[in-house]
Amino acid sequence: MFLSSRLNRHPAFREGMRDVSPQSTGIAAWGLMTGVAMVKSGMSVFEAVAMTLTVFAGSSQLAAIPLIVAGAPAWVILATGFCVNLRFVVFSLHLRAFLIHLPLWQRLLHGYLTADLSYVLFTRRFPQPGHTPEEKLQQEAYLAGNDFLNWLSWIVASLIGIALANIIPTAWGLGFAGILCLLGIQCSLASSRMRILSSVVAAVAAVLAYALPLKLNIVFAIAVAVILCLTVERLRPAGAKA
Amino acid sequence: MNGTDLWTLAVIVGLAAVTVITRSFFFMSDKPWHLPAWAQRGLQYAPIAALSAVVIPEVVMVQGHVITTWLDARLFAAVAGATVYFWRKDVLLTILLGMAVYLPLHLGLGW
Repeated sequence: MFLSSRLNRHPAFREGMRDVSPQSTGIAAWGLMTGVAMVKSGMSVFEAVAMTLTVFAGSSQLAAIPLIVAGAPAWVILATGFCVNLRFVVFSLHLRAFLIHLPLWQRLLHGYLTADLSYVLFTRRFPQPGHTPEEKLQQEAYLAGNDFLNWLSWIVASLIGIALANIIPTAWGLGFAGILCLLGIQCSLASSRMRILSSVVAAVAAVLAYALPLKLNIVFAIAVAVILCLTVERLRPAGAKA
Repeated sequence: MNGTDLWTLAVIVGLAAVTVITRSFFFMSDKPWHLPAWAQRGLQYAPIAALSAVVIPEVVMVQGHVITTWLDARLFAAVAGATVYFWRKDVLLTILLGMAVYLPLHLGLGW
């Protein structure tokens, strides 16, 4: 994907990287603490490295580790990973129109590499899917550049975290930098009253439904916020533009 | 856990497959279908809702309960980070200033 000159020579590839770069410290701090947490919760270094290089989904890694260490049945662990990742299923619905023109393996590769941050930055930069082949290529190149820097920051930091797991205390709370990074992007999206409403509703719903298992509160909160915003749009069509 | 067994590796590979499947869920098949217009419109609210649902519980909750004290470093860091974002429109500043508020309160005062 990153190695394809069709994409990485396109100016939008650099633009995608540039848009991630302010966030990369946050992603790196988060990756670092995920690396530390993996080793501290009982994974061997080899397993932690294998997980970092293949799974590439922090929340599902952290949810799966205690189950792996406890020797839970494989289907329970995979089902847990699936539920923790459910928000990506929503994202894939949004990204479909942007990627569906590509061959299957390229779609899967883009899907695999597009985590929360890249999805949000991509849909912020391109609210509508491209119509012409040039527009589609530009969007794909932007996504690839964005994914590349996000992937690199995460992987390198996670590997450093695994290596230094016994030196970096989790009590420092460095992982909070990752939350601040997402908070900054959340602020950048708060560009209309309807979006602010969506954000507030999702926050309240996620807190109220926190007791749900497997981080299902996140996907529940997205559903409540989207449905409520659509209802408000319908009730007061004037002045409710997003 | 000591050493690495094939079972663990197989589970890790399975989790990687779960990542691919969930992130590509709706574009794995290219059979043509169109999303209804209302759903298309609704999706524009999904990114900020997803971020909010991930971020806010990490700021206002501890061990599954809403915090009951103001003396929590995360609150001050989040407010400082959001304020500096709306002032300078720079996520890096949000991270740096937020951590500059968080670390002294958290490590120094134990909040």
